[in-house]
Amino acid sequence: MESLYLSIVLAPLLAAVIAGLAGRLVGRAGAHTVTILGVAVSFGLSVYVLLGLLDGSIQVYNDTVYVWGISDGVRMEVGFLVDRLSALMMTVVTFVSLMVHIYTIGYMKDDPGYQRFFSYISLFTFAMLMLVMSNNFLQLFFGWEAVGVVSYLLIGFWFKRPSAVHANLKAFLVNRVGDFGFLLGIAAVLYFTNSLDYQEVFAAAPALQGITIEVFDGHAWSALSLICILLFVGAMGKSAQVPLHVWLPDSMEGPTPISALIHAATMVTAGIFMVARMSPLFELSLTALSVVLVIGATTALFMGLLGLVQNDIKRVVAYSTLSQLGYMTVALGVSAHAAGIFHLMTHAFFKALLFLAAGSVIIAMHHEQDMRKMGGLRKYMPITYWTALIGSLALIGFPGSSGFFSKDAIIEAVHFASIPGAGYAYVCVLSGVFVTALYTFRMMFLVFHGKERMDAHTREHLRESPWVVTLPLILLAIPSVVIGWLTEETILFKNYFDGAIQVLPSHDVLAELGQHGTTPAYFLIHGLLAPPFLLAVAGVGLAWYLYLRRPEIPARLASRFAVPYRWLVNKYYFDDFNEKVLAPATRALGQRLWRTGDETLIDGAMVNGSARIVGWLSGAVSRVQTGYLYHYAFAMIIGLAAMLGWLLLES
Amino acid sequence: MITVSHYLTLSSVLFILSIAGIFLNRKNVILLLMCIELMLLAVNFNFITLSRFLGDAAGQVFVFFILTVAAAESAIGLAILVVLFRSRKNIEVESLDSMKG
Repeated sequence: MESLYLSIVLAPLLAAVIAGLAGRLVGRAGAHTVTILGVAVSFGLSVYVLLGLLDGSIQVYNDTVYVWGISDGVRMEVGFLVDRLSALMMTVVTFVSLMVHIYTIGYMKDDPGYQRFFSYISLFTFAMLMLVMSNNFLQLFFGWEAVGVVSYLLIGFWFKRPSAVHANLKAFLVNRVGDFGFLLGIAAVLYFTNSLDYQEVFAAAPALQGITIEVFDGHAWSALSLICILLFVGAMGKSAQVPLHVWLPDSMEGPTPISALIHAATMVTAGIFMVARMSPLFELSLTALSVVLVIGATTALFMGLLGLVQNDIKRVVAYSTLSQLGYMTVALGVSAHAAGIFHLMTHAFFKALLFLAAGSVIIAMHHEQDMRKMGGLRKYMPITYWTALIGSLALIGFPGSSGFFSKDAIIEAVHFASIPGAGYAYVCVLSGVFVTALYTFRMMFLVFHGKERMDAHTREHLRESPWVVTLPLILLAIPSVVIGWLTEETILFKNYFDGAIQVLPSHDVLAELGQHGTTPAYFLIHGLLAPPFLLAVAGVGLAWYLYLRRPEIPARLASRFAVPYRWLVNKYYFDDFNEKVLAPATRALGQRLWRTGDETLIDGAMVNGSARIVGWLSGAVSRVQTGYLYHYAFAMIIGLAAMLGWLLLES
Repeated sequence: MITVSHYLTLSSVLFILSIAGIFLNRKNVILLLMCIELMLLAVNFNFITLSRFLGDAAGQVFVFFILTVAAAESAIGLAILVVLFRSRKNIEVESLDSMKG
């Protein structure tokens, strides 16, 4: 089995190396052939593993492949833990990656960095697989940072655009804040359990429950809460939760396939996956769960609101991603980890679909992304329209689509939850449904319906994208519709994550939910009468009224409610706060540390100071060196006399 | 009666004189060589005295060695002196400070 898992991980890496280092040699066709082949191998093997795990012909694998080093009893190793959770993630990651690879052939057709791009996305697949398959914290951190680096490279793929360089730097820096917390969390795990291996840490977790630690004098914190919250800070960075979300909308500067693969479907879900993987730790800390819940709920509602005022098609989808990540985090907060992972999976399909559809629109519009200059595209690009519609319906949780099952499960789970913050979260996720429907269909109506607002030149060239672009759209649209029907009952209620995810019986809201009914059909009938569906319909209706029926109203609303509108346009002033308060304060602190600590203390006192002392001392000593023979002779005589005198006195 | 201490006193006086010569002389390198020679003679004097006093001939054998070495040393010293004079055109001790740090 070891060689099987190794080949899943290494196939994309090998492809990335070939496409990256020998890109000129293999040419454009060679680069995309080899990378698609690599990812296809990974995908095929992942499906094989997932099916094997499901029917029991493959056992859960947890073993070390390579021991990197042992230091003071702590083993640093490369190892794989492949259970149903990681197998599901592997399949989703490789599937979306494969679709994006194919799509990229069409999207990047004329780009000079063609081979480089394929090399990067293949490298990303490798890093993400390392992350999800890891069986220890060190390898998790490796994958975590590696996907961050590739994300940085890809956001700044068009490195000649100043805005792209600014965006990738921002993404990197904001992630650094989160990763710092994550690293502290891993350090805390190591400190308390003296191990980096998942199973050993989970086994030691119950013993940590009573232990407290005083980081600041007089404040005793529960060790488990500290570990969990620090780890969650890392997840906040990677999965873009408030207040570390600011990098995700800006990351839309990267090419669209990347937005689909990294900034919607896979990398940003790494935080969700990590928290689900750490469920044995999080379950033991009610404080941490409440923090997760409140932050997730805030992200789910308030980031969705921002989507209402964006005009860039990709940014609307980006804000909806933020909001959906908030939903997943909420699910984790109420211990419905299975629902969170379920939503992660369905979201990966329909969000990748929406992004790729947006990319298809952007190709047709000659890289125009402003929705105010689109409209009426439905008749020019039917395939894109219908697939985007499927994606949008899944996104708003229209009954029967995959998003419906996962989102409804989360909302119901929050409804049943009783931990602190659950009431607030319920309000947030419910109103989030309305907001999601409103901004999603605002986008659909502005882009595909209504008046054609583009200029004449663009209109002449409007046509459906080539098959390499539409094929992935169709292939992604299929799971966006059916995956909910197929897997809902298995994942949520049939103990699918047997052992991989642990939930305390007292927190188990999904079991409570399951008592009412578990089948998709029950969900569907129940969902048609429940508030989320009504809210979604109301959202779509409002979007239709505002943007198709009476398109002059939104502008009037904006001027009527100028203050809230300005808040939304300025994204709650998060960016301004960071730029005007946080960054200058940090810079001032750095300046002061540099001046006093570095220049005065280290450079002045220690480095140059010691050199000055040596110089002064040798100056003094060199004056003894007169060059006169009689001085030397005198010194010799004195020395001799002194030595003889000492000898005499001794005896 | 001349005792051992008289001889030793004489040799000490000679030795100290030669040391003083090395310090006080600022002009002539030849004087330095002579002082060193004198120092060696003072030591020889000591050797002979004590050899005679203790009845041990080894001390006198040493004196011969020292005389030989001293002769060789002054020969080399004078040779250096000649070379020094050729290159610097003077032999004043005070001007020989090129080793100054």
